[in-house]
Amino acid sequence: MKQFISFIKKEFHHIFRDKRTMFILLFMPVVQIFIFGFALTNEVKNSKMAVWDQSKDAASTSLISKLEASRYFEVEQMITGPGEVEKIFQKGKVKLAVVIPPHFKEDLLRFNKAQVQLIADASDPNVANTLTTYTSAIIQDFQSGITQEKKLPYTIETRVRMLYNPELKGAYNFVPGVMAMVLLLVCTMMTAITIVRERETGTMEIMLVSPAKPFKIIIAKAVPYFLLSAVNIAIILLLSVFVLEVPVKGSLALLVGESLLFTLVSLALGLLISTKVATQQTALFISLVGLLLPTVMLSGFMFPIENMPLPLRTVSHLVPARWFYNIVRSVMIKGTGIEAVWKDTLILAGMLFVFAGLAIKNFKIRMA
Amino acid sequence: MRVMRFLLQKEFRQIFRDPSILRLIFIMPVIQLVFLPFAADYEIRNIKLALVDHDHSDYSRSLINKVTASGYFILTDYAVSYPLALAAIETDKADIILEIPASFERDLVKENEAELSMSVNAINGVKAGVGSAYLQRIIQDFNREIRTEWIQFPRFDPETNIGVTYSNWFNSSMNYKVFMVPGILVLLLTMIGANLTAINIVREKEIGTIEQINVTPVSKFHFILGKLIPFWILGLLVFTLGLGIARLFYGIIPTGSIATLYVFAAIYLLAVLGLGLLISTYAENQQQAMLISFFLMMIFILMGGLYTSIDSMPDWARAITRANPVSYFIEVIRMVVLKGSGLADIKSQLLTITGFALLLNGWAVLNYHKRS
Repeated sequence: MKQFISFIKKEFHHIFRDKRTMFILLFMPVVQIFIFGFALTNEVKNSKMAVWDQSKDAASTSLISKLEASRYFEVEQMITGPGEVEKIFQKGKVKLAVVIPPHFKEDLLRFNKAQVQLIADASDPNVANTLTTYTSAIIQDFQSGITQEKKLPYTIETRVRMLYNPELKGAYNFVPGVMAMVLLLVCTMMTAITIVRERETGTMEIMLVSPAKPFKIIIAKAVPYFLLSAVNIAIILLLSVFVLEVPVKGSLALLVGESLLFTLVSLALGLLISTKVATQQTALFISLVGLLLPTVMLSGFMFPIENMPLPLRTVSHLVPARWFYNIVRSVMIKGTGIEAVWKDTLILAGMLFVFAGLAIKNFKIRMA
Repeated sequence: MRVMRFLLQKEFRQIFRDPSILRLIFIMPVIQLVFLPFAADYEIRNIKLALVDHDHSDYSRSLINKVTASGYFILTDYAVSYPLALAAIETDKADIILEIPASFERDLVKENEAELSMSVNAINGVKAGVGSAYLQRIIQDFNREIRTEWIQFPRFDPETNIGVTYSNWFNSSMNYKVFMVPGILVLLLTMIGANLTAINIVREKEIGTIEQINVTPVSKFHFILGKLIPFWILGLLVFTLGLGIARLFYGIIPTGSIATLYVFAAIYLLAVLGLGLLISTYAENQQQAMLISFFLMMIFILMGGLYTSIDSMPDWARAITRANPVSYFIEVIRMVVLKGSGLADIKSQLLTITGFALLLNGWAVLNYHKRS
């Protein structure tokens, strides 16, 4: 036991000696939470639009000022012909053009009917979709302002309740995602290079000639990062509760327990990579380029998994972050207990055993 | 010139001597570019619907038929009570509950109005918004049908009606892949470029070979240039490979000129590699270099405009994206590939990225000391 503790101490020295690394490890979750919390939003705001107003009468002017008044749009410029639309789209700033035909007011007054055309720059389908939806809603609104409170017969009213997140805050979705991302990447990357690093610098030989069992050498490598991750978990949770105002609805103990389990899985994955590769460079490459994008894209927090084609959905089962994301969402946001997440928990535990087992099996006690 | 030739020879030899890294450089982007775009689909389909129908009338049934026939919803749960349906939401078996009250048909016919209630799992706000909007649109359609069933509208429509017609330019089929693939290619190129160079010099520091360079008369400028050129060539190869995959797997053929893309990519790569080298001159060991580059990469990627639109960010965040090289290339590659923008349209981005390249590489040269 004493021997084991001194091994852990040695690993701690490695980490604490490197102030810059320490700083980044602890600072990273903070930055992520802030970026996600305040900078990223799937909402579409301050989009630039162009207007081609061919009637220039009272009705068209009031429609334009209604569009301008919404917080979604800024009318960037007025255009005067069809050819200009393509040109401004190619410049890349304007995303939507509204075309109001001649005689807009007359049509409305005489025939109760008028046309408006929306041309969207659909190179970003998401933005295009959202913008046309918003614009039509504003035009609808404008139209019902004209109709005035005429109550129509046979009306179905729909009451909509938004569960769990009535204000539709983005934070409710991404806090679980950020937790998964930070924990997985930090733990995996850091441990992925530890063993191979000692091999490269030659200190591994010293460890191997010590009487310590290989098993203990590996575990001692993981302990400091485990503690660091616990600090990170605390930072993320504190920031989400107090800065982003995302409450922990379920049991805090369960949430922390699950996070620690996930940390172990990531550490084991890192160790496994470390025993497999020959140089730090390769280890870094695998854990960074190989893990970053798949984790962001296949864990379900950016893109809905049920939309993906079958092969990708199958692959997503192998992404540990997917299960953890699900657990955090259930426990933290929905407030469910272990009965809702026992399956995900078991899967994570299974991954832990497989990764850790393989890592220990792969750990070579002789230098090549 | 002769010095340069020898330096390049050395660097290339170093790269080719480690086949595992070389394989990763080429295989990893191929795999990711082939698979990941399939995941990047914001379009919301297959919304799981739980129904609670207390009415069991003709109207409630035809409403349900209309909802399921729309193609957006899958009926996953047909519950007898609201709490049971709520349990389905808790276990993620349903996204939306539609509850039809017991007197739905009677209220609608006799009282002239009826109420439906809809409960949406709103953790993912976007999905919730879109899903409930779809459902409401279907209900409104249904409402209109019933209305026409009961009233014969006079020939002159009493409702004011502004018809809205849409057209979606540049990507009329609203295909996400055309939008995502070029962006993902930029990310992969950035990560590979910055990471390779970030650990390169520091690696020589760690294994001690930097000493051997430092005692030669090789100038700082030549040394950095010698590091830059091989990775620049590799990067352009990866870029070419990526464009090939985009064409082969996704049928994406740039609308604009390929030459424009290469001009931008070439300068962009210099900037990214310069960033890596700069990190490398500051870091003390590979671990540190990697962490710094990961930290920057993460911010660059998340704020690069691939996933969420930069226009929607608050002002301070938009100010930060101006210092983010990734955001320029993503913008440019989309403009050129989708809209066919030419050199004149991307002039300001091109100038900015040239500035980045000069600044980062110049800084790296200044910061590299031949003395330890």
